[in-house]
Amino acid sequence: MADTVLDIRNLRVTFTGGAKHVRAVDGVDLAVAPGEVVALLGESGSGKSVTLRSVLRLHPEAKTRIAGSIVAAGVDVMALTGAALADFRGKTVSMIFQEPMLALDPVYSLGQQITESIRKHEPAVSAEAARRRAFELFEQVRIPSPERRLDAYPHEMSGGMRQRAMIALALACNPKVLLADEPTTALDATVQVQILLLLRELQRNLNLSMIFVTHDIGVGVEVADRIAVMYAGRIVEIGAVRDVIRTPRHPYTIGLLSTRAQGGRLSGNRLTTISGSPPDLANLPPGCAFAPRCASASAACREAAPAPVDLGAGHVVRCIHTAITA
Amino acid sequence: MPERVNEIIRSPGFWVTVWRRFLRDPVALAAALVVLGLILMAVFAPWIAPQDPFQGMSLRRLKPPGTEGYPLGTDELGRDMLSRLIHGARISLFMGIVPVLCALFIGAAIGIVAGYSGGWTNTLLMRTVDVFFAFPSVLLAVALAGALGPGMTNGLIALTLVFIPPIARVAESVTTGVRSRDFVEAAKASGAGALLIIRKHVLGNVLGPIFVYAMSLVAVSMILAAGLSFLGLGVKPPQPDWGLMLNTLRTAMYTQPLLCALPGVMIFITSISFNLMTDGLRSAMDIKA
Repeated sequence: MADTVLDIRNLRVTFTGGAKHVRAVDGVDLAVAPGEVVALLGESGSGKSVTLRSVLRLHPEAKTRIAGSIVAAGVDVMALTGAALADFRGKTVSMIFQEPMLALDPVYSLGQQITESIRKHEPAVSAEAARRRAFELFEQVRIPSPERRLDAYPHEMSGGMRQRAMIALALACNPKVLLADEPTTALDATVQVQILLLLRELQRNLNLSMIFVTHDIGVGVEVADRIAVMYAGRIVEIGAVRDVIRTPRHPYTIGLLSTRAQGGRLSGNRLTTISGSPPDLANLPPGCAFAPRCASASAACREAAPAPVDLGAGHVVRCIHTAITA
Repeated sequence: MPERVNEIIRSPGFWVTVWRRFLRDPVALAAALVVLGLILMAVFAPWIAPQDPFQGMSLRRLKPPGTEGYPLGTDELGRDMLSRLIHGARISLFMGIVPVLCALFIGAAIGIVAGYSGGWTNTLLMRTVDVFFAFPSVLLAVALAGALGPGMTNGLIALTLVFIPPIARVAESVTTGVRSRDFVEAAKASGAGALLIIRKHVLGNVLGPIFVYAMSLVAVSMILAAGLSFLGLGVKPPQPDWGLMLNTLRTAMYTQPLLCALPGVMIFITSISFNLMTDGLRSAMDIKA
């Protein structure tokens, strides 16, 4: 893709801290265009959050081995060190965390935390101007009576308000790329929708690129332009939302979609499940990681990891049986 | 549009809440008032004390409390007990608070650095601290003061060294807890460097618990200082120090038992007030979200 603001190539992340090395991400390629939202979909331990955190290099360096290349807005993230890395974080790429109660410092007011971030990246901005900007950000994320909320502490706000504040904090320095790590998982259903709509609206208005990590297919469909399905550290299927949802071609995606409860129509029936459990990341099979659970797996599947198959219109599947799954 | 709908009641900040809870605890409040009184007494000692604490009169030695002109009697050199006890608060409080403050700075620095960096730095710093921690505090204080020689400064250094290990331990464990919290990672993700994170996010969350712990050491420090003076390793005569007074009056134990108990009573009142106040502060700060 010619026009990309974030380009991840062959990313491999291995955690070397424990007795066994855990290969959490195993060759992820992902390019995000300006103003595009990509949802990273997958179950726990599929490597979606690890991929996200790698973009900001948040993994402890002593216990992590990262290979591959990440280029964000023309910056080679892997080559950044020290002050340059700190400068990059939050300014070029910023992140929204899953649990705002934990990701906001309890001993500072929200206003203080936002102005801190602004003044860290733009030392020339006066305290007053930074506060004015924090106020505008609060208006932008539609926090009612923003003037007073700026002086509120995280524990004084509801979950939805906290997540709005977290979004304001992430947007404080006008980043080009926003990483969202399950930003609605900790919220209740009605608030989830509001936050999703807000994120989508802000993303459109500011022409932000966004990677949105979620395990909720519905949420992914709601916000994303493209969906990337991850399994055992690899992107097994990626494509436009419509293609992936209507015509999934990877057996895992097909399984994942069929597990969704079909409303009230099937009440009384048991929910479909994918049999088996995800593989041990410290001890991956040599071939397709999904093969042990896959109904259409053949001997070839167990020998070598399948190469990506381009089905056109950017719909890419890592499966050798795309003919069967069509 | 009626702005009232969105009106939120500004709930007070952390310290205001702690202060309000503290005020509702009668025991802690009383203890805090006693401590405040003792501090005022120490500060204004020269103006409060009815007589010169150094001026002795061999004719009036060891008068019992209640003697005309000497409400608390006189000591073995005929000096006014009340004045000496009032002046004694200066040294006792000084020896209680200053070593703990010094140890707070050094110990907290060691603990926070160790806790935040983890790994080898942590092991190196904390195991060194543990070596000192292994000694009983009284023994360590006596040994250090003995090695450094008597005198107030040396006593101060000895006590500071005694209190660094426990404070460093507490600081390290609190910091380790804070370091793995999400907001530290969030701060990192928004571009904060290690120094900024330590200065704002770690210190802000860690200082409260460490400070409260250090407060609880003030009483211990005072008692240890009194012990050192009693053994002749701390303050030198004729300075009016409660520990030292206890030592010199010991000879009068059988003739004037009430008199020679007085410095001990002061030490007791001060240390228990500090302890009760700290307990109150700790429970006031223990706010569950």
